[in-house]
Amino acid sequence: MIEGIFVDGLIFSIMVMGVLISYRILDFPDLTADGSFATGAAVATISIVNGYGLLAAALLATLSGAVAGLITAMIHNKLKVPGLLAGILTMTMLYSINIRILGGRANVPLLKIDTLYTKMPEVFSFLPGPWALLTGTLLIVFFVKILMDLFFRTDLGISIGALGSNEQMIISMGINPRLLKIIGISISNGLIALSGGLLAQYQGFADANLGVGMIVQGLAAIMIGEFLFSTNKIFFITLRVIFGAIIYKALMFLGRYYGYYIHLTPSDLKLLTGILVILSLIIAQTRAAASSADARKKAIRRNNERRKGLNEEKNNA
Amino acid sequence: MLNIEQISKVFYPGTVNEKVAIEYIDLRVLEGDFITVVGSNGSGKSTLFNLIGGTFPVTSGKITLNDKDVTHTPEYKRAFTIGRIFQDPTVGTAAKMSIEDNMITAYKKGMKGLKISLNNTKRAYFKEELKQLKIGLEDRLKDNVGLLSGGQRQALTLLMTVLSKPQMLLLDEHTAALDPRNAQIVMDLTTEFIEKYHLTTLMVTHNMQHAITYGNRLIMMDEGKIILDVRGEEKKQLTVLKLVDLFKKIKHQEYSSDEDLLAP
Repeated sequence: MIEGIFVDGLIFSIMVMGVLISYRILDFPDLTADGSFATGAAVATISIVNGYGLLAAALLATLSGAVAGLITAMIHNKLKVPGLLAGILTMTMLYSINIRILGGRANVPLLKIDTLYTKMPEVFSFLPGPWALLTGTLLIVFFVKILMDLFFRTDLGISIGALGSNEQMIISMGINPRLLKIIGISISNGLIALSGGLLAQYQGFADANLGVGMIVQGLAAIMIGEFLFSTNKIFFITLRVIFGAIIYKALMFLGRYYGYYIHLTPSDLKLLTGILVILSLIIAQTRAAASSADARKKAIRRNNERRKGLNEEKNNA
Repeated sequence: MLNIEQISKVFYPGTVNEKVAIEYIDLRVLEGDFITVVGSNGSGKSTLFNLIGGTFPVTSGKITLNDKDVTHTPEYKRAFTIGRIFQDPTVGTAAKMSIEDNMITAYKKGMKGLKISLNNTKRAYFKEELKQLKIGLEDRLKDNVGLLSGGQRQALTLLMTVLSKPQMLLLDEHTAALDPRNAQIVMDLTTEFIEKYHLTTLMVTHNMQHAITYGNRLIMMDEGKIILDVRGEEKKQLTVLKLVDLFKKIKHQEYSSDEDLLAP
């Protein structure tokens, strides 16, 4: 059972890394995620059903998400609408497109067909079934994490980070901020769609409603991660995201399995997620206020000491 | 170097808020010029800088940079030639990133690729460059820029701007938000860099003494026009008193002509 939570959390963590790029690194609240997650699931499922192979399925899923991100970024850039609205537009359109991809159905199963998750027990046959799935997923997540870490050490990656922090600086350095946004949002949604593709294979079906509420869940995971430790190094930021994603999934598991003691139903979990995000925001705010109050007190103390010193000098003279 | 012909800027045209910020200005900036720009609030200094830098388009007129027409060139492309520093020290650097990450972004202008340029050679080079600021930043390469004081950030912005090798500097009151000591540090660094890298410079300042001490030419703006243009020997003879006198004289002429108009 515990392995299941980890596998679920690890697949989810790739999605959260995508949200991290848009929401935290680019400072672009991108709601495309709710659509592109299901797009990734749909594309991967249909690719597998049509026998394109597992690698092609993963690549196509990633690509489909990247295209969705590209569309959001283009709407935002060309029509000068806020990122939030651009994302909602793409997300809404994607709902119809996802059903088209699934061949007019809202749900396509992956039964009696090879997927990554039926292959993993064969590859890691020396491990008991659930642990094989966990090992396989762990490898995929570490591969993605290392690629992320490397990318954000490159000149391009660093300038995308700088864009999120200060757009004027990017312009002053002779870089077109629109192009950077397109690249960043595309990568973000590529990861989100890849995560959707993996989840479809893990649970054995793709569903047009798979992505509903993804962005908020991603935010919750990011914020949980940020409570663990503070850092400005990309290696630890992505590590934090993986931990946050697993903890989030564990919390939701607890809510589902033990929630009935307090009359919780699975449909309450979205409410819980929202409350979790709000709580995180409140705690983060109180922490910031506390640390600035602390700094203020220290400054007053330093000032008083300085004044005392000056007075003594005067008295001595 | 920079040639401005008959440019004007009208904000909110056709509305009740319509405002003519720049009224048909001509300005020719030669290579190696260091021009100080003075004028009261709302006289159009910052608008002029925004038009030169390309933040927003001109309403009419033409701007040429190095004999190339850049009137419709976007800001990020003009930035290859023009380095800008703003009054707000937070505008020039990315607060959420380390000093070294900020410097690597500034090191080469233009779109970046998938190369990892930040290595130990670069770090050593950045350290050397930071040392000349003499504010102890050379040991804080990995600290986030958000932890620095306003003066430190502005000095870093200045260094990053010159490292990116522009030909021209636009300084928009870049020491106005700093305390006197830090303002002096940044101002000294500015003149040092301008000489070292032979930068053509335009500097807006509210400090009349700075406007007179620095540079080889001084222009005064008022209500979207250049009302005074002093250079060479004549500028060397200027004092704050003389400058204020000149300003009063020009303004007085206008007032008296207005009075003439209103007289029965």
